[in-house]
Amino acid sequence: MPDTALIDADFVTAIRRDLLKFAQLQLRDAALAEDAVQEALAAAFSGARQFAGRAALKTWVFSILRHKIVDLIRQQSRTTNISALGDDEAGLDEAFDTLFKQNAHWRPEARPGDWGNPEEALRESRFWEVFEICLNHLPENTARVFMMREFLEFETAEVCSELAISVSNCNVILHRARNGLRRCLETSWFAPEEKPC
Amino acid sequence: MLSCKEATHLMSEGLDRKLGTGEQLQLRLHLAMCSGCRNFREQMDFLRTACRGFLGRVEADEEQPPK
Repeated sequence: MPDTALIDADFVTAIRRDLLKFAQLQLRDAALAEDAVQEALAAAFSGARQFAGRAALKTWVFSILRHKIVDLIRQQSRTTNISALGDDEAGLDEAFDTLFKQNAHWRPEARPGDWGNPEEALRESRFWEVFEICLNHLPENTARVFMMREFLEFETAEVCSELAISVSNCNVILHRARNGLRRCLETSWFAPEEKPC
Repeated sequence: MLSCKEATHLMSEGLDRKLGTGEQLQLRLHLAMCSGCRNFREQMDFLRTACRGFLGRVEADEEQPPK
């Protein structure tokens, strides 16, 4: 049992909320996310490890949750075709294509703008709400690949092999995700400024 | 000569693997001439930063001041 002094109702409530948000984003299934978090908490609190403090304990629970999420994604990837192009994905690709002229250069009105100092947004809690909304707007399979790469911090080669998709497919999906997210943040947060060049 | 569309793919892949010398050169050449793609690259870099920041927020201890 870890230091019981570290664990009180408020701490567990707060940790659960954060873990649940994280699991829900990646799994897009409330019941599955709930189970994963429950198991992660149970596993973390039943071990005999000692923790230097709550931060260390939270990091530990979080790492257990990540493993659980990866396991669930692995299982799902056996029954779903992650690289299948759904309507959502096709829609995003079409939207991307409309940004370009016939010669594959940016249409003047679609040229990516200057976001100024976007890092400043990271300090605003409203930005993180928008960020989450944009993540949730990504098509499910696209989001899964993206989050595996960026949130579970897999190397791209590992993402591909875990999900049994080709490297080029993986690249296409990550590009789609990044561009979708970029466009969503551009319209929802970074007010379109005048386009340069 | 790279098109902007091709450049966006290279920039995305640049976040996942080390680009080859030829690819780097082509991209650098393109970026030197295209402000839209330069902005695109900064936006890609920002996405990576934001994802790290998001993880940090989720993992952060409650006792630390928020943000």
